[in-house]
Amino acid sequence: MPAMNMIQALNSALDVMLTKDPNVLTFGEDVGFFGGVFRVTDGLQKKHGLTRCFDTPIGEAGIVAVAIGMGAYGLRPVVEIQFADYIYPAYDQLVSEAARLRYRSAGDFTAPMTVRTPYGGGIFGGQTHSQSPEALFTHVAGLKTVVPSTPYDAKGLLIAAIEDDDPVIFLEPKRIYNGPFDGYHDRPVQPWAKHPASEVPEGHYTVPLGKAAVLREGNDLTVLAYGTMVHVALASAHDAGIDAEVIDLRTLVPVDIEAIVASVEKTGRCVILHEATRTSGYGAELVALVQEHCFHHLEAPIERVAGWDTPYPHAFEWDYFPGPKRVIEAMRRAMEA
Amino acid sequence: MKNRRPLSLRVPAPETRPGDEPDFSGVPLSGAGEVARPAIDVRPRDISELSYALIRVLDDEGRALGSWNPKLDPAVMKHGLKSMLVTRAYDDRMYRAQRQGKTSFYMKSTGEEAVSVGAAAVLERDDMCFPSYRQQGLLISRGYPLKTMMCQVYSNAEDPLKGRQLPIMYSSKEFGFFTISGNLGTQFPQAVGWAMASAYKGDDRIAASWVGEGTTAEGDFHHACNFASVYRAPVILNVVNNQWAISSYQGIAGGDEATFASRAIGYGLPGLRVDGNDFLAVYAVTQWAAERARANLGATLIEHYTFRAEGHSTSDDPNRYRPADAWKSWPLGDPIARLKKHLIAIKAWSEAEHEAAEKDAVEQVRAANKEAEAAGTLGTHPPSVKTMFEDVFKEMPWHIRRQRQEAGV
Ligand SMILES: Cc1ncc(C[n+]2csc(CCOP(=O)(O)OP(=O)(O)O)c2C)c(N)n1
Repeated sequence: MPAMNMIQALNSALDVMLTKDPNVLTFGEDVGFFGGVFRVTDGLQKKHGLTRCFDTPIGEAGIVAVAIGMGAYGLRPVVEIQFADYIYPAYDQLVSEAARLRYRSAGDFTAPMTVRTPYGGGIFGGQTHSQSPEALFTHVAGLKTVVPSTPYDAKGLLIAAIEDDDPVIFLEPKRIYNGPFDGYHDRPVQPWAKHPASEVPEGHYTVPLGKAAVLREGNDLTVLAYGTMVHVALASAHDAGIDAEVIDLRTLVPVDIEAIVASVEKTGRCVILHEATRTSGYGAELVALVQEHCFHHLEAPIERVAGWDTPYPHAFEWDYFPGPKRVIEAMRRAMEA
Repeated sequence: MKNRRPLSLRVPAPETRPGDEPDFSGVPLSGAGEVARPAIDVRPRDISELSYALIRVLDDEGRALGSWNPKLDPAVMKHGLKSMLVTRAYDDRMYRAQRQGKTSFYMKSTGEEAVSVGAAAVLERDDMCFPSYRQQGLLISRGYPLKTMMCQVYSNAEDPLKGRQLPIMYSSKEFGFFTISGNLGTQFPQAVGWAMASAYKGDDRIAASWVGEGTTAEGDFHHACNFASVYRAPVILNVVNNQWAISSYQGIAGGDEATFASRAIGYGLPGLRVDGNDFLAVYAVTQWAAERARANLGATLIEHYTFRAEGHSTSDDPNRYRPADAWKSWPLGDPIARLKKHLIAIKAWSEAEHEAAEKDAVEQVRAANKEAEAAGTLGTHPPSVKTMFEDVFKEMPWHIRRQRQEAGV
């Protein structure tokens, strides 16, 4: 099996689906000839032709709206929004339209589309290339939200998203495109090639939506994370010397409640991580779910580690990014309570 | 019914790609001085052909021709030339700084300096500019300190924006330069609102804004044109058609079907198309639009026809998507060389003076950079982390105060 980084794995997923299904096509800003600013669609136009992988005007509302129209016709468009920070012009089309076609037409019209977009910090991108807007989508009835954390999952989840009959927001943690990142920014960067999840089959396979993965088993504490924070969680658990169970949620809506409950019932303690700002972040939903489902098993208050409630500042990348120091502190607080 | 032919999807593509010779035979080249200058109170519908012509003043010999010739005092032209030289030297130095790891990112304006420097020569200091990220020439011609710009690029302790913004996203109310957004096009309708406010207050200030041709595809471009037209806002709406939006040629923004200036026609605005590498022509159309705005006749849309000489930013290699060295064969030339030629032709300038001015530009940039680097480059001497939590709101609410405490700053 070839070792792939996340970019190559996503590229492979698109390649597989373009080959398999003539109704699949992909487009977005700089996606065609150039292959995307992160190169996820590299070579796809050359291989599959101009009408299957192409550049669009710089209009995110247009990109999403056109995909909705195509979806209504019966295609399965996969669109790229160059950075999640630029998805807001498309928000109305996503919230009022893509999310509701099925409901308001009683299933007569649907929008089986996938919106891929790189998100998250750790790259000195400043406030307009670092945001984590997942909660803006998980809050919307009718959108599925998916976040991979490894090349293997990225490919399997993207294929599952494309094959899914509902609109899926597919958030790609760009900091870990080229290698896992555990938050220790002063250590040498690791390539994916050394990681077991970089072994990616070349052909078709899926990782089902709505299923979490237990990446580290443990008895004392449950960590719920997704995207880049999964790797921060693993490193932090190791360095804190805590017998923590790390769950990679992979899909935020619909979330794998069974995996969460099984783990928290076992450990009685829970720490929730995300890069996004804290207030009304997806972590708040997770806290509520854990509290509703596991109240009698909890032995400590649930901890949240998140981005500060400020825009993402350029100069303070590592003061802002919720790295291992803050995660370990939260784990200790949960253990000591 | 049965005889209907199957449809096919059209996806536009540029004439040339890497490996091809650049081909600019499609570039419209009306001769210098050929297009007549209408009165400022003309009805927009009566000058719709100007949206397809190309207003040019300087010819290949460096002569200034025709009714658009603004007949500038050589001092104004020399200031423009020097500002363009400093802008180019500044861009080169900051680009290198990024390559040396002193900052994260940079964007040059090489080849299109006349667009911002020409406009700066027309606008008053209290008019407000709503730029995109490629109008550093506005600040430089207005005399904003180079060192302060560099401190912003380095996100150091002397950065007036406290390290919050990506390099080049300057902001200075004092210099009439609206805070730059990373989100394309948002400033265009905001400029209209600012101009409406000036009109509402009965003031005499006008606004100007710039977007790239790629950005005209955003809804905000429509909002700007529509509101500007409806409320006859005193604003100049500039589209900088530098042919490329990262890797996408202007046809992806719809430029193959109609000119960007002609977008104005449907809104009932005047749409002028100008040689963006001709300092005098840029000056002249901006002056026309400014006079019109100040006469309460409303907004003008200007398409500056130019070429992005280098990569989009430090993050891309243009040789991957367009012919190498494409700028060298751009038929509208280099704005600096063209203004220089004109000044020499009218005997207001010499090769020796030019050489000295070039040296001086590089020296100004070098000296400013030395001071800026002494104040810190990215990560070496950042602003106080405490400031990260400030200015989210006017007054810091309890939850942010608590987070600041948690951060221990
Ligand atoms: C809303 C939004 N979408 C996408 C981007 C990413 N992006 C940054 S610059 C750029 C190209 C802009 O091209 P153009 O408007 O022609 O301006 P130029 O860079 O040529 O000056 C793109 C797509 C962005 N910054 N904001």
